[in-house]
Amino acid sequence: MRLTCPHCGDRDRREFYYVGHAVALDRPAAEADIAAWDDYVHNRDNPAGATRDLWYHEMGCSAWVVVTRNTVTHEVLKCELAADVKGVVS
Amino acid sequence: MVDLIAKSPCDGLLPLTLGPLTLSEVDTGPMTSIAPFKGQAAEASSVLKATHGMEAPGANRTTGKEGERVIWFGQNMYLLMGQTPDAALSEHAALTDQSDAWAVVRLQGAGAEDVLARLTPLDLRGALFKRGHTARTELRHMMASVTRVGAEAWMIMVFRGFAETLVHDLQTAMASVASRHP
Repeated sequence: MRLTCPHCGDRDRREFYYVGHAVALDRPAAEADIAAWDDYVHNRDNPAGATRDLWYHEMGCSAWVVVTRNTVTHEVLKCELAADVKGVVS
Repeated sequence: MVDLIAKSPCDGLLPLTLGPLTLSEVDTGPMTSIAPFKGQAAEASSVLKATHGMEAPGANRTTGKEGERVIWFGQNMYLLMGQTPDAALSEHAALTDQSDAWAVVRLQGAGAEDVLARLTPLDLRGALFKRGHTARTELRHMMASVTRVGAEAWMIMVFRGFAETLVHDLQTAMASVASRHP
């Protein structure tokens, strides 16, 4: 499996650490109800198809990358910097 | 004051020659990581250019020349090698002294690319990974910085504490390559 780091380009999976679903980027507001927090912390889908995960380019440039991939075909559809997704100024 | 003796990271381990391949330690001089403050990458780069004569390199690239380089060192970070950082830089970037923190070696000779190919998943072919290109990558499970400094020469950096492991792994790979290309 190879992932395209937005900084480093096409790289081997070994350079990355898998973090989990990209839902982690959408933290509920502090006053959100318990169901929203329950979903955020515990509930995950297990899709057969496109899924959106966070990967950390641990052995590379140290960027957090949002990877959209297909769990059925193993196709990697999109790799974006988490900072860009969140609109963080670097 | 006691006169202390500085020991380099690969003291007693290098240099090493195996067939056409040589591995030697690089005395880099001072090394400083430069991490531009939020939104100040352009300012940091222009101060770097004005004070050190080298621009901040793009991703996976280096600027400067042998002995005095700036290498791209990861997301929003550069490493200034061989020059002491100008104080003006600290207005736009966080500067951290890395001089004693890294083991830096030079791998040279015919087959150097094959040696590295045994240790890292990078695509090292000359047409893609040219002189002056650099990469942060994995080298036998160690976080590394790999830079092509010549047609058959590479600069390899890992954390200082891994110096012995680095030399051991490179030596093993060098012996393997040397035995196949006598």
